[in-house]
Amino acid sequence: MVESITNECVPDVLAVIDEMNVSSESNLIAVLQDMQEHFGYLPPAALQEISSRIHIPLARIYGVVTFYAQFHTEPRGRHTIRCCRGTACHVEGAGRVLRTIEKELGISDGETTPDGLFSLETLGCIGICFLAPAMMIDDQYFGNLTTQRVGSILRTYGARSCLHE
Amino acid sequence: MSNKDVKLTIDSVEVTAPQGTTVFQAARSAGIDIPHLCYEPELDLSPTAACRLCVVEVEGAAAPPASCACPVVEGMVVRTDSEALREIRQTVIELLLSDHPHDCATCDEFGQCKLEHYAYALGIREKCEAADPVAVRCEPDAPMMGYDRSKCILCGRCVAVCQNMQEVGAVDFQGRGFGTEIGIPPGVSREDSECEMCGNCIAVCPTGAVAGRRTVGIRGAAKVRTTCCYCGVGCQLDLNVRDGRVVGVTTTSDNPVNGKWLCVKGRFGYEFIDHPDRLTTPLIRRNGQLEPATWDEALGYVASRLTEIKAANGPDAIGLISSSRCTNEENYLVGKLARAAIGTNNVDQCARTCHAPTVAGLAISFGSGAMTNSIGEIPDADVLFVIGSNTTEAHPIVGLKIKQAVRNGATLIVADPRKIWLTNIANIHLPIHPGTDLALINGMAHVILSEGLANAEFIKSRTEGFEEFAKIVEQWPPERAAEVCGVPAEDIRRAAREYARADRGAIFYTLGITEHTCGTYNVMGLANLTLLTGHVGKESSGVNPLRGQNNVQGACDMGALPDVLPGYQKVAVEENRRKFEDAWNVTLSNTPGMTITDMLEAAYDENLKALYIMGEDPVMSEAHAGFVREALGRLDLLVVQEIFLNETAKIADVVLPASCFAEKDGTFTNTERRVQRIRKAVEAPGEAREDWKILVDLMNRLGYPADYSSPAEIWSEFASLSPIFAGINYSRIEKVGLQWPCPSLDHPGTKFLHSGRFTRGLGKFSVVEHSSPSEVTDNDYPLVLSTGRTLYHYNVGTMTRRVHGLDKKSPENYVEINPRDLEKLGGQDGRMLRVTTRRGSIVARAVATRKIRPGMVWMPMHFAESSANELTVDAYDNITRTAEFKVAAARVEVAW
Repeated sequence: MVESITNECVPDVLAVIDEMNVSSESNLIAVLQDMQEHFGYLPPAALQEISSRIHIPLARIYGVVTFYAQFHTEPRGRHTIRCCRGTACHVEGAGRVLRTIEKELGISDGETTPDGLFSLETLGCIGICFLAPAMMIDDQYFGNLTTQRVGSILRTYGARSCLHE
Repeated sequence: MSNKDVKLTIDSVEVTAPQGTTVFQAARSAGIDIPHLCYEPELDLSPTAACRLCVVEVEGAAAPPASCACPVVEGMVVRTDSEALREIRQTVIELLLSDHPHDCATCDEFGQCKLEHYAYALGIREKCEAADPVAVRCEPDAPMMGYDRSKCILCGRCVAVCQNMQEVGAVDFQGRGFGTEIGIPPGVSREDSECEMCGNCIAVCPTGAVAGRRTVGIRGAAKVRTTCCYCGVGCQLDLNVRDGRVVGVTTTSDNPVNGKWLCVKGRFGYEFIDHPDRLTTPLIRRNGQLEPATWDEALGYVASRLTEIKAANGPDAIGLISSSRCTNEENYLVGKLARAAIGTNNVDQCARTCHAPTVAGLAISFGSGAMTNSIGEIPDADVLFVIGSNTTEAHPIVGLKIKQAVRNGATLIVADPRKIWLTNIANIHLPIHPGTDLALINGMAHVILSEGLANAEFIKSRTEGFEEFAKIVEQWPPERAAEVCGVPAEDIRRAAREYARADRGAIFYTLGITEHTCGTYNVMGLANLTLLTGHVGKESSGVNPLRGQNNVQGACDMGALPDVLPGYQKVAVEENRRKFEDAWNVTLSNTPGMTITDMLEAAYDENLKALYIMGEDPVMSEAHAGFVREALGRLDLLVVQEIFLNETAKIADVVLPASCFAEKDGTFTNTERRVQRIRKAVEAPGEAREDWKILVDLMNRLGYPADYSSPAEIWSEFASLSPIFAGINYSRIEKVGLQWPCPSLDHPGTKFLHSGRFTRGLGKFSVVEHSSPSEVTDNDYPLVLSTGRTLYHYNVGTMTRRVHGLDKKSPENYVEINPRDLEKLGGQDGRMLRVTTRRGSIVARAVATRKIRPGMVWMPMHFAESSANELTVDAYDNITRTAEFKVAAARVEVAW
């Protein structure tokens, strides 16, 4: 799903922009969302191309990209783990859950595993406080987490634990 | 905009302000300063109203509005200061200080920082502990300027200047919340980013968050107001001097030329001043080597050799090249040295290389060869026709004014073979083939005439020669012009209609017009367009040659030209000569002298024996460098008065170390005819001397007594002999320069020329027709080579290439080529290409770009080790003998 960005991708970028018929700054966010949908993240070359095609300074585009949490400028893992750090989860031990994920996968918040399988994020509240502590993997919810459960859930997604290496 | 005025009360003062202005502006015009941080009154931009410091109380309003964004309303009652407002402002400043480092004691901005100023004014002593100070984090190794997040209050002025005024958009807010910062795109170094390093963000930063790299230690530096030494715009700036060294450049808004704004060269191009390569002692060639000598030896040698050569070959065997880089006073002295002390009219300067066709062409059409309007009038023009001028790079501050005019709604027409920056905002771009300007101009004239868009009243009352002109123009329907120029006929029609229908139509051009074999005719063609439409002799309407050097206008004014005495008084006219003979106490030669081009040819033919060059590098700057080197090599005596050992000085017999603009007093005259002061800020290095003192010494050694105590005295002598300058003296231009003509001490100077009457009486239509460039492409040389200037370097590069940051941004020569042509050659972007013409061959890095159309290549002229003028053609304008730098036939191959 994730293409590595090379010059060959540029015609794709152009095609996407052409298709959207972008002519002004007003639908920049929609263009960026489409781009990210297409490439899995926002490759610098794509942003550069958008900038020159629709005459928005690159710095301004990065301003938008870095403002919204939904945009990523690094390649993303196949699965996105969203670890909840809302109040209820915090009280119920979200810190332990996050530390376990980090240890299991060998990455920190905001990073992607070298094998491209997982990206890890934290967020405020995912709305299932009654199941705290909780996390999401892609669009699947997991609640009442314990350190053991976290490990086994990750392994069902193909994770090889970093803990014993 | 409405002209209706609104009456309101601000702090119990009755204020009248035009409808549409803001409370802030109305207060400011009444001399009431409202505290503000994010709003920058110097900008013509809409306010962001982000800082909330400029809040005011408005009677009847629910909450205090931000005055920068609050329009005036009839009968409004405003208070700008009260206990409640002070509380709001205190909170704003306290919050800003809460994550601001408390290192004011060592901050370079101390004393100028607006945050500190308001904290003091509002009596804030306690720090609000709402957040941790942001860590000090500067851009590492930023070449000229850098950003320190810790000092930044996120007011967004820099972003506004960069995006909306400079229209570059190199920086913007990045991230969100506490992590927000102002930044260039992540992962890009500043020199690789779009940042042009104009530093105009530094000029508006209220704290010290954006700063120049070398300006550390600027605090307490003495400020010396002077005029920029680069292009002809004549920006005013303050050299910051500490311990005898220039450590920075700052600006203030109190001048009519550039206000606070500068370009990268003006703001950062000062490092050459104390560069170790500066010449510090006279040099004499002994046994083939340039060796140090005393001033007495060097000037004694020059004087005795000149005397010998004059005795043996007559005074006309000696030539002098004066300098558009030096002051008016020094140019006056070179003319006097040539005419009075030596006895020849062989004096010229590098206007020959650039705008001599302007001086000649506009003199024929109007009677006066200078920019008709002022820089300050540009934003009010409603149609701008820019032809053969890459304004944003060669004259960046004029470029800013053009951008401002377009923001104000003006129509911009650009005729240029390349997609220069201005084409981004142009309504019409005419990418004509190099050297086809006159076909375009006559094609436009045809449209204007045939569609009845000409100004019949103006033609009748203010011009002559219309019938002959109309006959020629009739033969240039847009279809024919289109075929010659390689642009659609419809675009020529549109351009002509837009220009003709303008209220205030202004033409801007530079060397894309003049540096052709038909350069003078091109200029006259543009003058024809203004006569045809009546777009001349009034505000914001005219024909505006943008002069290239800081003082090329002045060097011409001073008579450093072979055919005119100071003040454009023809040397062939006896009455003029008599005036100067009386003043100078000599008999003057009545034959016009040689141009630079003539001098080089005469040197080659060994008719010219000696050449004295002040501040000029013909080996680099003249076309066909190989010929120039050979010609100079045949001289008996070559003297070069310089600040660096440039390419010409390297082959000189005597080199005299001179002073740069920061080391002497005097005046420069900018492109809008404004005579402005330069002031001595630091001492010249080593034994280097002020140029005017060297010239005075030499005149005395040649047996012509000269005694001046200061440049002001030289100016007075000049002004007393030159009627159009008679009203200008140093005390009148102490703060703001005056624009000539200024015939008397009570004359305010002339903003625009030819109001009501042309200098020559009637404006003269000229019959001028397109002719092909001297060299056309063929099988051996299939590409058209054109040359020009760039933003980051100045002319022959001796100064800017010695500025670390400029050199880092633009380190080497390159050749712009269309990707299609490059592919055909089998070349690659970034690899080296060999460019060859009938005269020479050089290697430069390929830059593949669609800016340039297929069939053409373009090179800058700044790089001595790979000089474009090895290639350019020594074919000349038939009137002024300016070389055709803009067109040569070339062959390009992959080098490695």
